[in-house]
Amino acid sequence: MSEMNGGEVSPLEWKFSQVFGERTAGEEVQEVDIISAIEFDKSGDHLATGDRGGRVVLFERTDNKEHGGNRRELEKTDYALNRHPEFRYKTEFQSHEPEFDYLKSLEIEEKINKIRWCQTANGALFLLSTNDKTIKYWKVQEKKIKKVAEMSMEPSKATGNGIVATPSVTSTPKPHLTNGFTDKSYTSLSNDLLFPPGGIPSLRLPVVTSNETNLVARCRRVYAHAHDYHINSISNNSDGETFISADDLRINLWNLEISNQSFNIVDVKPTNMEDLTEVITSAEFHPTHCHTLAYSSSKGSIRLIDLRQSALCDKHSKLFEEPEAPGSRSFFTEIIASISDIKFGREGRYLLSRDYMTLKLWDINMDSGPVSTFQVHEYLRPKLCDLYENDSIFDKFECCLSGDSQRVATGSYSNLFRVFGCQSGSTEATTLEASKNPMRRQVQTPSRPSRSLSSITRAVRRGGDSTSVDANGNSFDFTTKLLHLAWHPTENSIACAAANSLYMYYA
Amino acid sequence: MSMGDEPLYPIAVLIDELKNDDIQLRLNSIRRLSTIARALGEERTRKELIPFLSENNDDDDEVLLAMAEELGVFITYVGGVEYASVLLPPLETLCTVEETCVREKAVESLCRIGSQMKESDLVDFFVPLVKRLAGGEWFTARVSACGLFHIAYPSAPEAVKAELRSVYSQLCQDDMPMVRRSAATNLGKFAATMEASHLKTDIMQIFEDLTQDDQDSVRLLAVEGCAALGKLLQPQDTVAHILPVIVNFSQDKSWRVRYMVANQLYELCEAVGAEPTKSELVPAYVRLLRDNEAEVRIAAAGKVTKFSRILNSELAIQHILPCVKELSSDSSQHVRSALASVIMGMAPVLGKEATIEQLLPIFLSLLKDEFPDVRLNIISKLDQVNQVIGIDLLSQSLLPAIVELAEDRHWRVRLAIIEYIPLLASQLGVGFFDEKLGALCMKWLQDKVYSIRDAAANNLKRLAEEFGPDWAMQHIVPQVLDMVNNPHYLHRMTVLRAISLLAPVMGSEITCSKLLPVVVNVAKDRVPNIKFNVAKVLQSLIPIVDHTVVESTIRPCLVELSEDPDVDVRYFANQALQAIGNSMTN
Repeated sequence: MSEMNGGEVSPLEWKFSQVFGERTAGEEVQEVDIISAIEFDKSGDHLATGDRGGRVVLFERTDNKEHGGNRRELEKTDYALNRHPEFRYKTEFQSHEPEFDYLKSLEIEEKINKIRWCQTANGALFLLSTNDKTIKYWKVQEKKIKKVAEMSMEPSKATGNGIVATPSVTSTPKPHLTNGFTDKSYTSLSNDLLFPPGGIPSLRLPVVTSNETNLVARCRRVYAHAHDYHINSISNNSDGETFISADDLRINLWNLEISNQSFNIVDVKPTNMEDLTEVITSAEFHPTHCHTLAYSSSKGSIRLIDLRQSALCDKHSKLFEEPEAPGSRSFFTEIIASISDIKFGREGRYLLSRDYMTLKLWDINMDSGPVSTFQVHEYLRPKLCDLYENDSIFDKFECCLSGDSQRVATGSYSNLFRVFGCQSGSTEATTLEASKNPMRRQVQTPSRPSRSLSSITRAVRRGGDSTSVDANGNSFDFTTKLLHLAWHPTENSIACAAANSLYMYYA
Repeated sequence: MSMGDEPLYPIAVLIDELKNDDIQLRLNSIRRLSTIARALGEERTRKELIPFLSENNDDDDEVLLAMAEELGVFITYVGGVEYASVLLPPLETLCTVEETCVREKAVESLCRIGSQMKESDLVDFFVPLVKRLAGGEWFTARVSACGLFHIAYPSAPEAVKAELRSVYSQLCQDDMPMVRRSAATNLGKFAATMEASHLKTDIMQIFEDLTQDDQDSVRLLAVEGCAALGKLLQPQDTVAHILPVIVNFSQDKSWRVRYMVANQLYELCEAVGAEPTKSELVPAYVRLLRDNEAEVRIAAAGKVTKFSRILNSELAIQHILPCVKELSSDSSQHVRSALASVIMGMAPVLGKEATIEQLLPIFLSLLKDEFPDVRLNIISKLDQVNQVIGIDLLSQSLLPAIVELAEDRHWRVRLAIIEYIPLLASQLGVGFFDEKLGALCMKWLQDKVYSIRDAAANNLKRLAEEFGPDWAMQHIVPQVLDMVNNPHYLHRMTVLRAISLLAPVMGSEITCSKLLPVVVNVAKDRVPNIKFNVAKVLQSLIPIVDHTVVESTIRPCLVELSEDPDVDVRYFANQALQAIGNSMTN
């Protein structure tokens, strides 16, 4: 953080880069198409989105193909480019299907709650995706399309790849199974069968031609039946072999290679469910310390646990929470304190949390209070009643940090998202709209009256100066909310989801 | 092409199916790879089949796994050891795939082939392969490389040896934790092939780095390395270099590392030797027995006996016994359970006096533990106690424990205790058994759970074996036969089951005079299930009883059953009749 004391860093000028799945005017959004998860891989060369229809869509970066580099370098992922990242659609696959739990009479939605990328190997991509109950491990790989050009068998004797009649095997009067031999014909090929010393020259190996390749996604493992409640987070460990999954009350630890057992490491379920006051809302592993893990709660606290201390981590090693201001307590205090997302910065020193009204940046070495607090939509405070009525107050906005941990971003209503500078002294606080013109400043043109604020963004000073934000906040559209967004790991580029559209910006 | 030679036909199909769309058929073909190779002959196997397989590397993992396994035993099919090197390329490719089990199998096969290869071939082909994998672009290749050094190293010339050592040390510092874990896992194997001088320098340096790795998962693998290296080093070097590491590990911040120490304790003690164990590792072990983490205590408690055996009775009484006392009332039932399964082994170490004075009370308290597994574990080791202190001191506490377990509401617990009954019987002797346990054994025959009734019938057989037919005639057979009039057909079925098990033990005479009449009588039961079980039992009695009895009693009964209105009864009766026919012809 050398820039921290280097004086003012100028705010980023955000520019539109790309949009995927743009809606045409008047087009109705299909529920299943709404994006529910976004994640860049570690190198930033790939981007994955998940949607409510259980699909995962992969995008790949196109602007640095010529900059191939050696793969060992890519594994380490550290290089910079001058151009801004550009992506193209790579492939998509159906990750989850709707299911029905017959024992509990519960429908299990196919909606993808989270996607996490795993270690790349041999050019194949690996990722974890989860819905409410089941985590799946996917491998996406180019496969050659094989065509058998030549075979030993006469085509007349073989239909397709199978054998119709086998006059050689007299012991079995029954017709053979569709594809090949019955067991008996195999046993006739016993190992002590004698072959001429030079082999049989008339036998030939099949010749395979393969010119084309296509991308194939294969589900390698399914980690199921370990969560009684809905999974809200999954997170990989830096050891490359384990990951966690968190639901409302428990966090489980898995080995990527073992899908039939997991270890419960955090359990906040009280013996009597009536005593329940707090649930887990999000959990993430530290990016480099394999034994450190953070989870947030509905009461606005973040707990850091040390997996080394014990097998069941009932005791946290650190607790981060901000004491509520005296006298400010209201019916909504606890609801808006609930943390919807936490993210570690790349180096693992800073931890970002999002609650309904704010973004908070914490230094994990300082548990007395957040390093900075950013007001995201303070102007909504007078409207909490309405927001409660229409359930918007329970919306779960995600947050993200830039690769250098100098800036943070999170979403808001009306398809807006906000970017804040978090170096000390920075006043950067930008509001952008997920549209092709994100930086459209508010121009007081009476000629565009009706669409008013819902499509207009402006730069807002930090601290949520309410007058500059909104005099008639009513016009904010609570149905278009930007919940999911991700910051490119190495560059100033943000991907965000507005309903079914994926918008990308760079600076 | 012509397929005039009929026997070739199946092989041609087998070969074609290497490329079938159905994975099951491809798997079948790969499993018969040796047949294909023999059909092609050695030369074409080398020149065509092996290159063909090398290209066939993006198949499904199941197929790749089978291929990796087959290639490991393929030397004879390519023309013997002198051609072994042609097998390396396909296995090298398999060493780089993403699926761990395929890589592991490929490494295993490479090691198998390498260990048969000529020295010059190893240098020309195997060593370069190891280096290629170690410098592989993706971590998967580097992970595999670590498991091959111990094959490549011994035959390499000096300069290459030095290079291999340095490559290995780089792998131990790889960016990817997966590679470091593999390097840590294979360090012992590699070190075992190395000259003593390099052991102390190169390997110890590598080892020290691994013991300080940031990743817990790497450090805990280094624990096993302690045992492996300790056995290779001179005793004084082990004490100087390995012992301090073990002591440090036993106080590691991560419970998983401490758990590994507890788990590997015996091997570690073996590596450092008895005297250093007594002086240095006793305090470390005591700490592990009192660890905060239950998992560590479980692992440590399970080693109480093995560790005590290394010590003398004085040290064990002074240091270990107090901990054992604490553990016997540990808050974790799993700790108590682990302790219960080994505690009796301490008796011979402590000697009779200390056992009766100090171990017996612990033992008795575990026998009254609220958790059934703890009690079961104690009972399962009863023979060990008996050897040291005799059963008399125990019998008073033992019986209530057994009775309680016998009536436990969890059927698995009841099942477990039934399985220990023959052991108890042999330890307690006939006298004790008769008055206390006989009734229990009969009661289980009428349990609500089938598995228990089945186990109970089996138990009777084992008791009859233990105490002999005469005893069984008095204490088992009459009671069992009484139950044959039970109104519940499932219980009558249990009786049949018991009879079929007891008959071979009781012998021909008793079977004819006592058991057979009952069975024949039951053949008139109104429930078809009983009747066809009668047929089955009768069939099982055929070899036991005399020919004349078969003809006079069993056959008429079966003939009658074979005309039963129920199809199943007829079926089993006919089966049994057929069995009579067969026994006649033999």
